[in-house]
Amino acid sequence: MALIETETAPERIELHAEHHPHLAHHFESMEQQREAGTLGMWWFLLTEIMFFGGMFLAYTVYRHIYFDAFAAGSNVLSIWWGTFNTAVLIASSLTMALAVFHAQMGNSRKVVRFLLFTIILGTIFLRVKYIEYSDKFEEHVFPAGDFRWPIEHEANRPNNVGDMLLMLIGAEPLNSSPQGPEHAFSVKVTTKYAEKGPYYGVGGQVPEEVQDPGFGGHVRMYFWLYFAMTGFHALHMIIGIGLLLMLAWQARKGKFSREYHSYIELTGLYWHFVDIVWIFLFPLLYLVDRHL
Amino acid sequence: MSEHIVPKKIYYRIFGALLVGTALTVIFAFINLGNFNIVAALLIAIAKALLVITFFMHVKYSSRLTKLWVAVGFIWLFIMLAITMTDYLSRAWLVYRP
Amino acid sequence: MSMTPLTATAGRLTSEGEPLNYLNNGHGLKSWLLTKDHKRIALLYLFSVSFFFIIGGIFALLIRINLLSPEGLFNPDTYNRIFTAHGIIMVFLFLVPAVPAVLGNFLLPIMIGAKDLAFPKINLLSWYCYVVAGIFLTVALIAGGIDTGWTFYTPYSTSYSNSNVLLAGVGIFIAGFSSILTGINFIVTVHTMRAPGMTWFRLPLFIWAHYATALVIMLGTPVLAITLSLMALERVAHVGIFDPAMGGDPVLFQHMFWFYSHPAVYIMVLPAMGVVSELIANLARKNIFGYKFVAMSSLAIAVFGFLVWGHHLFVSTQSIYLGIIFSFLSYAVAIPSAIKVFNWTATLFKGSISYDTPMLYGLGFIGLFLIGGMTGLFVAALGIDVHVTDTYFVIAHFHYVMVGGSLMGFLGGMHLWWGKITGRMYPEYWARAAMVIQFVGFNLTFFPQFILGYLGMPRRYAAYPPEFQVLHVLSTAGATILGLGMLITIIYFIWSLKNGERAPANPWGASGLEWRTSSPPPTENFLETPVVTWEAYEFAPIETMDVLGYPGDPGKPSQPVPAEHGTED
Repeated sequence: MALIETETAPERIELHAEHHPHLAHHFESMEQQREAGTLGMWWFLLTEIMFFGGMFLAYTVYRHIYFDAFAAGSNVLSIWWGTFNTAVLIASSLTMALAVFHAQMGNSRKVVRFLLFTIILGTIFLRVKYIEYSDKFEEHVFPAGDFRWPIEHEANRPNNVGDMLLMLIGAEPLNSSPQGPEHAFSVKVTTKYAEKGPYYGVGGQVPEEVQDPGFGGHVRMYFWLYFAMTGFHALHMIIGIGLLLMLAWQARKGKFSREYHSYIELTGLYWHFVDIVWIFLFPLLYLVDRHL
Repeated sequence: MSEHIVPKKIYYRIFGALLVGTALTVIFAFINLGNFNIVAALLIAIAKALLVITFFMHVKYSSRLTKLWVAVGFIWLFIMLAITMTDYLSRAWLVYRP
Repeated sequence: MSMTPLTATAGRLTSEGEPLNYLNNGHGLKSWLLTKDHKRIALLYLFSVSFFFIIGGIFALLIRINLLSPEGLFNPDTYNRIFTAHGIIMVFLFLVPAVPAVLGNFLLPIMIGAKDLAFPKINLLSWYCYVVAGIFLTVALIAGGIDTGWTFYTPYSTSYSNSNVLLAGVGIFIAGFSSILTGINFIVTVHTMRAPGMTWFRLPLFIWAHYATALVIMLGTPVLAITLSLMALERVAHVGIFDPAMGGDPVLFQHMFWFYSHPAVYIMVLPAMGVVSELIANLARKNIFGYKFVAMSSLAIAVFGFLVWGHHLFVSTQSIYLGIIFSFLSYAVAIPSAIKVFNWTATLFKGSISYDTPMLYGLGFIGLFLIGGMTGLFVAALGIDVHVTDTYFVIAHFHYVMVGGSLMGFLGGMHLWWGKITGRMYPEYWARAAMVIQFVGFNLTFFPQFILGYLGMPRRYAAYPPEFQVLHVLSTAGATILGLGMLITIIYFIWSLKNGERAPANPWGASGLEWRTSSPPPTENFLETPVVTWEAYEFAPIETMDVLGYPGDPGKPSQPVPAEHGTED
């Protein structure tokens, strides 16, 4: 915004020429600009806490009311995938923090490298979520449409690291095909809950006189919350990956420096927040009543 | 926020702690602690979140105001959860017995 | 106490020789629709907010016309859609944005001595979000409206209503986003961009009020967002999360909805209270009595306002024990509001009161908010609420605080700062007349509704027993008078844009940084960053106050310089 040259204020023109090219005109200094950006991003994250918080509230209420149904639903999830994803996301937080570190050092090449690592790890996370979601569709526990409980046919679940890596790239696992209803979670579910009541079926064969139509509905609510919470989380991850791609591109073009890299720090804050949401989602969704 | 540069080795240590926490979460899930399973899981999750907030998000090196806002966010969430759950927990207290 | 004069607008003129200010600095649609200037964005908001206010007002008149006769004019289904439209538009498209997005956007940076808000592009984005929200809601209305009430209670809204719930939900979600973006801007700006010397306790109370409002917006609106999202997902998937027939709890929806919607009423009233502090202090030319108490009470209202939402659930299956706690807390939240009312009244004592329109609106606010607030305490008592909930008593209560409170605050602020914003003064005598007409019309509309409600007239009913007709006719007569009063205001405001007296920099002899720059201000608000060395609300005898004029005033430097056309960033 060019100021008009007047005889009374020529010094303003000189000051104008001195400032950092990335200093916005309404700020007095880079420090003020960075402080404002950081505070703004923190406040945005607080709104996100309350946004996800609403779903945590619904989860808390219904877990309290329908604990057994939540336990049954939770036992359907694969602990291998859940733990793996948690580790992947934590690793991506590390690479993000390191990207910020290198930005503070002014090392653009390493910034790009660590941003790319973060993107790759985030993509692996989303790939696993895709596998898990496909499994749910296959097992008919997606809450809308053709929901069926008990599960009649289990999808492939990994039970070792090798199988996980094979399934990640879309190959067939070697060991994890279920061998009938006595296997994996069906066994656990049957033996553990058999004495609790007639709610848990073996391969879909619940004796007719003890079928409780309401129970399936409550398990359906668990899955509804599962998809809503992990779905919104995944949406935030996709947005985050988009932001990271933009940043990596800009870093590669040399936009950032030791004095100016706030967008990387702010995106880092966002990414860490998304990690924290998952840190809570993992035990709440995957680990309900897992012990025998 | 002053530009405090956190040394890399702290990041690696925190990363290690987070992985340990994850492993503990899974291990505890398979031990029967009754009602305390959820308590243990949440305590570990809170500890992990605090590590991420304090070190990865640099809150330890941020102003007191930032620390206040972070606390406020979680307190507000807690208010919403606690008061609403009070409703569900206390509804059954008043039971009509004819 | 010295009053350092800031630079006049002299020295900077447009090519036509007019003083260069934010209004004539750049012409054309693009310079307005792509502006980053908070003052222009405030005007964009003013136009859109006023538009929806008029639409919402038309729906209000339709309601009142329907209630003229006991059989009603419209069939119940249509009537449901009319009052829902009135509620949604007035709450989300008028009351929530009006004072913060119009007056707050315009004045906040100027009052703290900054050049703009912290994030100007996000400010513009928030206006576009508002416009998109308005479009969604308009489409929802044209497509037949919504019949659930603005509260969208489940399971009716999720499983049974065949109206445009999804469209409306998306629209309100986006409006919430607009609100949140404004809130982020306000908080960051107040924290990081105050001019040198502008300490927290030298800030005008308008700023304290908007700061507290921003806190409420940030912590509450996201819960509305998730509630609407879950409601929308439920409408699509029918899982039963809020449907008792499938094991869900409709009261959970109510908890989540009111967790936002109660603090929302403080979003609507706190900024207006901030305006009232300015109206009273400046038109009584006296420092606000108990400044710190008033400032802190804004924060207290923001905090306590989050702890009382259950008073909307007294007659639901919410636990009675929790109901008792909510009732007690609802009484507690009235205390900071009362502190403000006492302090404003004490400010008037021995002040040099001029009964110009802004002061009239300020006094009107105090009286009407008093009635509204007190009747709020009545309904906060569990026993009384069982009797009057979902009756016209509650409607009268919230209209007293929303219209008698927020709207009066908004109008008072518009009159106080009209000269600053547009460079023109409104016609004083017409304005006073309009205010009195509005005041009389308002009371005639809503006071009978207290009686109606107490006698048992339920809300949201299209038809009623004949014994209520007299009161309803009085109420409709009042609404007509109120509408007339509003029409007069709108007309003279528009008239004043071309024909009003030119406003000097400080027509009221008021205090505050906004009065130390020209009317209208230059795009950068000040030509030099002010350095504040005085406390809030310091008044000198009016003759000695440095009232800035236009280039050509004796003693002011005046150098006509051809401006660069359209230099707006």
